Amino acid sequence: MRTLSVHTLSVQWMRVSFFILGGMLILFIVWPLMQTVLSSNPQILWETLLDREVLSSIALTFYSSLIATGIAFLTGVPLAYLLARSTFPGKRLIEGIIDLPIVVPHSAVGIALLMLFGRQGVLGRAFAPLGIKFVSAVPGIVIAMLFVSMTFLVNAARDGFASVDPRLEKVARTLGASQWKALWRVSFPLAWRSIFSGMILMWARGLSEFGAVIILSYHPTVAPVLLYTRFTSYGLDYARPLATILIVSCLVVFVGLRMVAGRHR
Amino acid sequence: MTYLAIDSLQVSVDSFQLRNFSLVANKGEYTIILGPTGAGKTILLETIAGLHAVRSGRIVLENEEITHLAPERRRIGFVYQDYMLFPHLSVAKNIGFGLRMRGDDRNVVTEKTVGIATMLGIEHILSRMPTGLSGGEKQRVALARALVIEPRLLLLDEPLSALDPELRESLQAEISQVHDRLSTTTLHVTHDFEEAISLGDRIAVINEGGIEQVGTVDDVFRHPSSEFVARFVGARNLFGGVVEHGEGGSVLSHDGVKIAVVTDRGGPAHVSIRPEDILISRGEIHSSARNSYRGKITKIVDRGPLIYVTVCVPLPFVVIITRRSLVEMALEVGMEVYIVFKASAVHLF
Repeated sequence: MRTLSVHTLSVQWMRVSFFILGGMLILFIVWPLMQTVLSSNPQILWETLLDREVLSSIALTFYSSLIATGIAFLTGVPLAYLLARSTFPGKRLIEGIIDLPIVVPHSAVGIALLMLFGRQGVLGRAFAPLGIKFVSAVPGIVIAMLFVSMTFLVNAARDGFASVDPRLEKVARTLGASQWKALWRVSFPLAWRSIFSGMILMWARGLSEFGAVIILSYHPTVAPVLLYTRFTSYGLDYARPLATILIVSCLVVFVGLRMVAGRHR
Repeated sequence: MTYLAIDSLQVSVDSFQLRNFSLVANKGEYTIILGPTGAGKTILLETIAGLHAVRSGRIVLENEEITHLAPERRRIGFVYQDYMLFPHLSVAKNIGFGLRMRGDDRNVVTEKTVGIATMLGIEHILSRMPTGLSGGEKQRVALARALVIEPRLLLLDEPLSALDPELRESLQAEISQVHDRLSTTTLHVTHDFEEAISLGDRIAVINEGGIEQVGTVDDVFRHPSSEFVARFVGARNLFGGVVEHGEGGSVLSHDGVKIAVVTDRGGPAHVSIRPEDILISRGEIHSSARNSYRGKITKIVDRGPLIYVTVCVPLPFVVIITRRSLVEMALEVGMEVYIVFKASAVHLF
């Protein structure tokens, strides 16, 4: 009896100390965000919100990241399916490449993209006749976001497909479904929740991108770049309301989408 | 006439190989494929369903070669051991899946879904999702989903082994009834003897991707064609017969030999008696055991510490004794002996 209580006590101790350690980390995330939001002056906040430059940069950011997510959906989800369902030579390599954007410094990514998509770059010149340019243009923002954030969608989709028993598709085939239909009617709906939350993560990661985007496109200006400009040219007081707006708007959308995704099943 | 003909099929999936696999079945026949775990039974069924590429050999169904036909065009129903119900679809949608795939009219889908569900006694759960169903319900849904498309061939992959014993017995009876009613040509894979004996018209014993023996229940159990089959089906005293209830209790008759059993069932049944439950003696044994016979030793097989003695009464019973008993009783082939076992030692199924 005595040994048992000593034992439970030590388990309690461990839990309490872990809670304290973890709590410090959570506080470290929440405190600065709350501080920024709560200490802002509503009057200035309102004026900033009516600032056309701010509004258009936020719209540009959301919309560019959405396009990047759309491109990754069309190309990355099929790749995720392959990775989940088949084995082929070089699979490990591809999985490594997918994780690469997390490892490479994002300003270096911007430089690398500029080499290829810049006015003198191979792809930059290839797209020029189509009227698509990447430097100081929306397509540049989109590819920068795509590069740094696609990892989230591909990995989430791969895990989603991997969690669907391949025999469910096999049964569907015996019931008369073609390979496409088995994918569309069985595996895709079952993996959708993972795919959708991967899309949310990717989109959120894309719209917070600064380093890669600023190198390709200073103008048009995405919200994180605008925030940086205001901070460096006018100081903290001018940057703060914009920071608040960005934090709040991202939180609202992120939480909203997470709730939709959670309700899905 | 041959309905299904599988001819020297060669398939390799991962590390597993199907080697020169051949099997034929007539229309309406219920064939049990019996083999130990890991004998490649699932891969065999998946190959017949078209889910694995065939290296060589042929599969012919209803005079049509289907070896390389896409699975969705074969009309072969498949039931997995763990059901594989679509978790995002209701029971009704699960059952109707195949009908919708082939483009049946919505009314037809509903009508056929309700029809097969009623037949299997699951019409009250049609609107439920698969997640909350019991094992028996899931199995019925999986069966209904495969049967509703009126398959040319039904493949059952250990359909009963995930269920608890009581449920297994009732579902086994139900599968048997459904088969009597629809006469769907069926291949049923299992490692369970009782399932094999109760359901199969024929049994095919397989091992390591090849057929060891095909035949009736009696053939396989009484005359195993290879060492593997003999070992796999084991030395068991297995008899089929008719159960009758009389004054002295219940009795199963087989070729004039009567075996006392404990049961309230009647009609045709099988019994098995474990060889170690039978007592052997040179003199008459007086005991309360209801089964007592006099017979002649026809065979003595030495398997190390244990000796297998076959006694014909004239029904052949296999008895296991220790080497010491053999020496003490000085048993020899041709000797007259007595054997006894209790009615409660007789397993009836």
